[in-house]
Amino acid sequence: MTTTDTHCPYCSLQCGMRLQAPHDGGEAQVLARPDFPVNRGALCGKGQSATAVLGAGVRPTAPLVRDKRGGELREASWTEALDRVAAGLAATAQRHGRESVAVFGGGGLTNEKAYLLGKFARVALRTPNIDYNGRFCMSSAAAAHRFAFGLDRGLPFPLEDIAKADCVILVGGNPAETMPPALRYFRELRSNGGTLIVVDPRRTRTAEQADLHLQPVPGTDLALALGLLHLAVADGRVDQAFVAERTTGFEAARTAAMAHWPERVEGLTGVPVHQLREALRLFADAAGGIVLTARGPEQQSKGTDTVGAWINLCLALGKAGRPGSGYGCLTGQGNGQGGREHGQKADQLPGYRSIEDPAARAHIAHVWEVEADDLPGAGRSAYELLDTLGTEGGARALLLMGSNPVVSAPNAGHITERLRALDFLAVSDLVLSETAHLADVVLPATQWAEETGTLTNLEGRVILRRRALTPPQGVRTDLHVLRELAARLGVDKGFPEEAEEVFEELRRASAGGPADYAGISYRRIRAEEGVFWPCPGEEHPGTPRLFLERFATPDGRARFAPVTHRPAAEEPDHEYPLYLTTGRVLSQYQSGAQTRRVPELNRAAPGPFVELHPQLAARLGVADGEALAVTSRRGRAVAPARVTDTIRPDTVFMPFHWAGAGRANTLTNPALDPVSRMPEFKVCAVRVERVR
Amino acid sequence: MSRRIAVVGAGMAGARFAQQYRALGGDGEVVLYGAEPRGPYNRVLLAEVLTGRYDPEAIALPYGAGTLMRSGCEVVALDPAERELRLAGGESVHYDELVLATGANPVLPPLRGLHAPDGLKAGVHAFRTLADCARLAEDAAGAERAVVIGGGVLGVSAARALAALGLPVEIVHQAPHLIDRHLDEQAGHALRGSLAALGVETYPDNRARALHGEARVTGVELAGGYVLEADLVVLACGVRPRTGLAGAAGLTVRSGVVVDDRLAASAPGVHAIGDCAEHRGIVHGLTGPAWDQADLLAARLAGADDDARYTGSRPLTRLSAGPVEYAAFGEVGENLPGTDVLRLVDPTRGSYKKLVLRGDRLVGGILLGDLAAVGTLTRAYERDDPLPPDPLDLLTSAP
Repeated sequence: MTTTDTHCPYCSLQCGMRLQAPHDGGEAQVLARPDFPVNRGALCGKGQSATAVLGAGVRPTAPLVRDKRGGELREASWTEALDRVAAGLAATAQRHGRESVAVFGGGGLTNEKAYLLGKFARVALRTPNIDYNGRFCMSSAAAAHRFAFGLDRGLPFPLEDIAKADCVILVGGNPAETMPPALRYFRELRSNGGTLIVVDPRRTRTAEQADLHLQPVPGTDLALALGLLHLAVADGRVDQAFVAERTTGFEAARTAAMAHWPERVEGLTGVPVHQLREALRLFADAAGGIVLTARGPEQQSKGTDTVGAWINLCLALGKAGRPGSGYGCLTGQGNGQGGREHGQKADQLPGYRSIEDPAARAHIAHVWEVEADDLPGAGRSAYELLDTLGTEGGARALLLMGSNPVVSAPNAGHITERLRALDFLAVSDLVLSETAHLADVVLPATQWAEETGTLTNLEGRVILRRRALTPPQGVRTDLHVLRELAARLGVDKGFPEEAEEVFEELRRASAGGPADYAGISYRRIRAEEGVFWPCPGEEHPGTPRLFLERFATPDGRARFAPVTHRPAAEEPDHEYPLYLTTGRVLSQYQSGAQTRRVPELNRAAPGPFVELHPQLAARLGVADGEALAVTSRRGRAVAPARVTDTIRPDTVFMPFHWAGAGRANTLTNPALDPVSRMPEFKVCAVRVERVR
Repeated sequence: MSRRIAVVGAGMAGARFAQQYRALGGDGEVVLYGAEPRGPYNRVLLAEVLTGRYDPEAIALPYGAGTLMRSGCEVVALDPAERELRLAGGESVHYDELVLATGANPVLPPLRGLHAPDGLKAGVHAFRTLADCARLAEDAAGAERAVVIGGGVLGVSAARALAALGLPVEIVHQAPHLIDRHLDEQAGHALRGSLAALGVETYPDNRARALHGEARVTGVELAGGYVLEADLVVLACGVRPRTGLAGAAGLTVRSGVVVDDRLAASAPGVHAIGDCAEHRGIVHGLTGPAWDQADLLAARLAGADDDARYTGSRPLTRLSAGPVEYAAFGEVGENLPGTDVLRLVDPTRGSYKKLVLRGDRLVGGILLGDLAAVGTLTRAYERDDPLPPDPLDLLTSAP
């Protein structure tokens, strides 16, 4: 029986799994792969059912084209479809200039695809306008990481270090539902005598396992972190030697924290002073302390400052740059880490280089065999790119790969209108997503088990997905699509179709950059269960733990961020008196484009809902299961009530996996973080009414 | 040339204004004039500086990058017609916008023997500034017994801090119970019990009328003639808005500098915030409203919200010092028309909780001893949220 060791198609853990190819017309089987260290054989329901989405019945197996606006999609040959895409992009560029053509990628794409998509935009289209849905994922943590430490890698240590810490503060993350196999590290932490503190407006399945659960008002994580830093100063818990030797900027951060004394922070966050004191005591007493953030604090219009405030706490207490201590971000998407390192982001070139840096431009231009002056500059960030589609000065043609913004973008009703206003839209995806439904051309792509490629998980571990199954006839790889389109646009070399060949070029492109993959090869990844970047040479062992000697800033010291709390962009008022926060459920993934096509996942999580507290439900006179309308300044969504005392009475929660009437992102606020350009998915003001 | 914004007073309100003005994108030139010899600091933490928990240097507050801080610089006159300030050294400076954040002075009670020729009698202290705090701490180190005159918020926190330093402390308070502006009788009595456990005795319904001692205070004579022995006295008899500058300039002043909903005083380009300001007849004298006002005025002058209007604050008072912990807000009296009172008392555990309700809204409340519900309750009050069908849920569920 043929089996192949590979990884799960979903989240940033990139759990190891073994696939058994089908025989006698049966289905492929997912088997455990106990030797892979991240998950040690464990898989969640999404991983176990992952092959269902590859079935021919749930996906297009031929390109689709639309002959006229408003017409039906019909099947077409690959030649016709690719000709149409190339012509559509070229015609727009000719009529409105190169900048009027944009590319939108995804955090689920392999490193090879992300790299080549960035190259395609800069070399074949020569447009600055490329960004991706990872902007909606970890951009705030990335910005704060880079400011504080000079480098952005989600976790600066392997997951196993969580189990060895003495205290972990998890801010706005729910791994029990979003990445269940990671939960074992938190359980081991506690069985080893360590303490888990969870910060979340909801008493999630993760929070239920915590020693201490702080339940702040949505959008006040920044004040909470400042309050804890204040207490660290007041209680004499600052690690003066660490601060003096390994950091800069403490004074300004301390002064800012002095404006956030405990009673004030209690008023802002709703977290009682005694809980603040308890949290600080537990964290300061711990020999090894880790703070982890996830989308809760990051998806705010002050996400960068919020993450900065939590990093400040680590730095002040000497809990960074030491074994068993540090700050990390639980990245969301499968290649959320690698996807941001190799040029999919509007302001970056491969190797996590800045597109504004002349030396970086020269290096990449050399690898790409183009003139540095011909490389475009920085383009628009994801929301700004989508928001301006089809407008004066905005893009008019879009190539979209592995993303579903009709469901996943904030203010999604508006973004859907923008997509409709395009002159030309091409979508390459595994499934016929809600966004693909709007396209002029749909290119059916291979995914996951049907192709080979690397991804970089949340630990910075570069892993190798291996082709295990033969894709259906009529489905092709994104790398093939990019090669064919580049050739049609007049660039007939530099776009190899073989993943390993792309990776070899990526190694050279990343060499010397912050995310240095130069020493990583497919052979090494296979032999070593993944290699941690930076890995500048073939003799280099890789870097599982960063910053132990020095931080990656020019002077080697970590930087405190002088941050001050500020309200959410939209706070409740008399018209919209409640907070809405959004998130995920166990059995669905992101926009649901894949998981909503898996019957057993749909049985477990069939549709959207509105979670609300019994006190609020009683006031509204609504019973569990009755339809509720949730209205914000941007739109209205309807979904059944789910009454539970695990949520604050002033807050309602909606999962964001669904399209249609219950689409949570119809409501969300696209107010952007000034640094990371992250939209404020996690807090906006709404009104809730019974639907009669 | 960029707009010149003068902020007179570098206390809590002035510093917050300057910090927020910059944070909200204001690009004017901001000068902060402070009479004290150092930059802004967090006055709320003074009692904890006294106990030694905070280093005096550590409580500095931010006041915005690029703000010019002029410490030890008293503004002695204001000419609103010319938009000019005169400084103590004789210098005149022009402003385009003026923010009065002059704060308040401690009220000195009418006591015989309060003064010495060069100021307060030795051993007698006000408690408003870091300098007061430093003198008091130095004096407390050699003192035997302390009396605090005034049992309001400041008096109670000063008494607790002195007790934490190991001094026996007595509070003399005119009203029938402690913190009578914010607590009801029962809570006041309960607080008295908690303080007693820390070594603080309270004499309610008592007025001090004289201080004994020649060179240094030796005792406090009460109205009834009884003398409390003390070699350290703290005056905590409330504060009075500092309005001298505004009054002399002809601005409308009642208890405080009168401002409208834009926080504008009666002359063009002049605004007032914090403890010196009177808005709709109210001088708050608490940090919460002072910062609400600072934030709003900063948003207006920075151009972030030109039309911002201040309609008042719903402040709370809060003490969380070891065993002495309470939160109080709004109207806590028993006999307000149209209100209901809910009360949970647990003498064994020393907790007292009270809600005053009008219809489905919270108009006041007290939590003492058990503060688990404080987050839920104070937010419901501040936001004027409708109450749950059973308001007791607010006291029993957290959050």
